[in-house]
Amino acid sequence: MQTDLLEEARRQAQICNACRYCEGYCAVFPAMHAERAFSDGDLTQLANLCHNCRGCYYACQYTAPHEFNLNLPKALAELRQDSWKAHSWPAGFATLFDRAGLAITAGLVVSFAILFWLAQVLRPEAGAGFYAYMSHGLMVAIFAPAFLLPLAALGMSLRSFWRTIGGEPVRLEQVWAALRSAGRMKNLEGGHGDGCNFEDEDRFTQARRHFHQATLWGFLLCFASTSSGTVLHYGFGQEAPYGFFSLPKLLGVPGGVLLCAGTLGLAWLKTKADRELGAPSAWGGEMAFVLLLFSVSATGLFLYAASGTSLVSVLLPIHLGTVLTFFLLTPYTKMAHGFFRLTSLVRDAQTRRMALQTQVSTATRAQTWRN
Amino acid sequence: MHNSSPEVLVIGGGNAALCAAITAAEKGASVTLLEAAPKPYRGGNSRHTRNFRCMHHGPLGPLTGSYSEDEYLEDLLKVTGGKTDEFLARLAIRTSEECLPWMEAHGVRFQPSLSGTLSLSRTNAFFLGGGKGLVNAYYRTAEALGVDVYYETSVTHLELDDARIVRVDATQQDHLFSLTPKAVVVAAGGFQADTDWLARAWGSAAKNFLIRGTPYNRGVVLADLLEQGVEQVGDPTQCHAVAIDGRAPKFDGGIVTRLDCVPFSIVVNKHADRFYDEGEDVWPKRYAIWGRLVADQPDQVGYVIIDAKSLELFMPSVFPPLKADTLEGLATQLGLPPDRLRNTVNAFNAACGDTSAFHPTELDGVATSGLTPPKSNWARPITEPPFYGYTLRTGVTFTYLGLKVDERAQCSVGNAPVANLWAAGETMAGSILGQGYLAGFGMTIGTVFGRIAGKEAADHAN
Ligand SMILES: Cc1cc2nc3c(=O)[nH]c(=O)nc-3n(C[C@H](O)[C@H](O)[C@H](O)COP(=O)(O)OP(=O)(O)OC[C@H]3O[C@@H](n4cnc5c(N)ncnc54)[C@H](O)[C@@H]3O)c2cc1C
Ligand code: SF4
Ligand code: SF4
Repeated sequence: MQTDLLEEARRQAQICNACRYCEGYCAVFPAMHAERAFSDGDLTQLANLCHNCRGCYYACQYTAPHEFNLNLPKALAELRQDSWKAHSWPAGFATLFDRAGLAITAGLVVSFAILFWLAQVLRPEAGAGFYAYMSHGLMVAIFAPAFLLPLAALGMSLRSFWRTIGGEPVRLEQVWAALRSAGRMKNLEGGHGDGCNFEDEDRFTQARRHFHQATLWGFLLCFASTSSGTVLHYGFGQEAPYGFFSLPKLLGVPGGVLLCAGTLGLAWLKTKADRELGAPSAWGGEMAFVLLLFSVSATGLFLYAASGTSLVSVLLPIHLGTVLTFFLLTPYTKMAHGFFRLTSLVRDAQTRRMALQTQVSTATRAQTWRN
Repeated sequence: MHNSSPEVLVIGGGNAALCAAITAAEKGASVTLLEAAPKPYRGGNSRHTRNFRCMHHGPLGPLTGSYSEDEYLEDLLKVTGGKTDEFLARLAIRTSEECLPWMEAHGVRFQPSLSGTLSLSRTNAFFLGGGKGLVNAYYRTAEALGVDVYYETSVTHLELDDARIVRVDATQQDHLFSLTPKAVVVAAGGFQADTDWLARAWGSAAKNFLIRGTPYNRGVVLADLLEQGVEQVGDPTQCHAVAIDGRAPKFDGGIVTRLDCVPFSIVVNKHADRFYDEGEDVWPKRYAIWGRLVADQPDQVGYVIIDAKSLELFMPSVFPPLKADTLEGLATQLGLPPDRLRNTVNAFNAACGDTSAFHPTELDGVATSGLTPPKSNWARPITEPPFYGYTLRTGVTFTYLGLKVDERAQCSVGNAPVANLWAAGETMAGSILGQGYLAGFGMTIGTVFGRIAGKEAADHAN
């Protein structure tokens, strides 16, 4: 990982550790205050616990022009980006996406769409719904590896990441604690429940948390929809197309709508927020990712709306192209953040348990309290 | 300036000023607030604070248990050595209880009580995000109420005529203008950022003091009013000063520059001589006297020496300590005479006795014998390399000299009240306590008297 980013994060963490005013905002500060000195692994862990809610920036008495020049959200964002890159597998892919995110995404979508369109030329003899345009076998042959290979790559990344942050053998309740925290996006509540600072300087709102939740839950519903389709197909021999009152549609349509709304909202917030409080160099890549996620859901909904019409022959390749691009890029885009974050939350649950056992903080806290 | 005759003019932009402005605006007055600092530095010393001391009958917001008026007053009298206006102090204490919900209703958020350290969250409520978070919330609230806020705007003069303020002069980026408000609230803090003024009271030693808070509290309004005979309280030599890391910036170093290592150290002056009992009492009870102790040393500087076994016993410092494998090496880095430091440490080590009772968070009675000055607790020989050192300087928190006010926060001239002048916060805190300081009481005074002043000013204007 880049030493200048680590050094900067360390410098700022040391100032925060002597201050501790932001303790209640998020999980970063209690984890930070448990340390006296920060190893590279500690800092990587803190960076991945941070949700860039910016509460600690707007509340900080040491931001520029003060000579301490505190900007913890930025320092942690840059380190976080760097940690994903450093742990990505195979090495180097992520850097590429960082530099030309929009171009790669657009290029992939277009070329995959053309491929799928060509595949339609070999249109199967028999088949209903989408399979009238493309054989089910071909779709599986493409999507199964496109789904599994990136997952394997992510697995490799997370394994080395886990080592960096000093992870220990995982217990089930730690995973459960992490999932609960992520599902509620507890850390985006800002500690007081008023939300985070993002689109309007120091004003606390729930906008980011709500849009992010819509995105997460929308995505999970879409994923569940696809999975249920797979189960129906293989387990029960029921093939697509499915009617509206089928599991894939009941999950997929609300999921698609949520995902559309969530991603659009996040993109809009992103245009309003101060770029200098994040990792400015990653802005383009993140935006490309949000828009890709939007395209996945939007083309999916269009495709459903168009079923039975001739538009399907155009929309199907585009939808499949975006989905395939999305899957393949998962380990190298913002999508990976969810996996890294979850891993860090599991680690946080481990260290919290240790802190509780040793009760270290009481003595130090007793001394913090003077003006 | 779109309204040169507001009903209420508030001078200052910290906690007291904002409480006054919000209260006056809620009473329907048109309010203008002038803040000398630019927006990123708005909020004076209040932006550096962390907590608010609050009386309460039962659990209240983040506060546990109860904290009675008498217990609060007793805590105050202990630190002020009796130099307290008991009537006003009781007023501040009593009113603090209704302030906490008021603060929450106006956007302030508190840290949830720290589990396991209940006694700490019984007396003081800690702001989530610290004082700047509080100040941000109040500015949002004030602006939503229609308060006109001007940054980088300093008041230079208040024209007093026949016991009323008839005109207020201010500058904004070299542009001079005047206002004719109906009522004026002064909440412009103390004068500690004016080193010349400090030097007049303290002698040239004051030039070496560091100012822990804002550079904008230069006492311009205070001096202007005192010159015109507005009644004064306190004397200029009284200030709250603590010993802080000598590498702190001249201004605005804030909370992080404090050092908590003194009880586990020996402290020497530039001649490498010890000058005070480092282990006299637990640090929270002693940190405030070290500002003065250091101020009395040559060049107003002290040097803390600890060894490896003590490094982890105190809160981490913002700047890492200097470090060397030998005492002589450390002395060289600190600019101390190496031989003399060696002698001082040897004499100290020789005076240390049985250290088996050493306990870092309690008065452990592990003392030196036959040494002057003694070290009465935590006296363990300094023997284990590496050795660590910090420089100490005097950090001024605030000054006490101020405007005398009555229970309605009103100023007076001669024996008559100034008809339309109120004061709140640091600038009148001397009316309540003449010396010493109780953590969290500054924000109590500002909130209580800010709200009183805002109400009285709005009533006067209507
Ligand atoms: C590091 C530090 C930590 C502290 N921690 C605590 C704590 O935890 N709890 C506590 O109770 N107290 C604390 N204090 C003390 C506390 O800061 C003060 O008691 C309190 O903030 C005073 O509030 P105020 O509104 O009177 O003054 P300030 O907040 O200092 O506001 C004065 C304002 O007046 C403005 N001003 C000055 N001159 C002019 C002019 N001529 N024209 C226009 N504007 C002017 C300034 O820019 C400033 O905005 C701390 C102080 C420091 C330095
Ligand atoms: S971000 Fe600023 S206010 Fe918050 S803990 Fe760090 S130094 Fe303190
Ligand atoms: S930006 Fe938000 S999540 Fe990140 S450290 Fe600051 S308060 Fe915590």
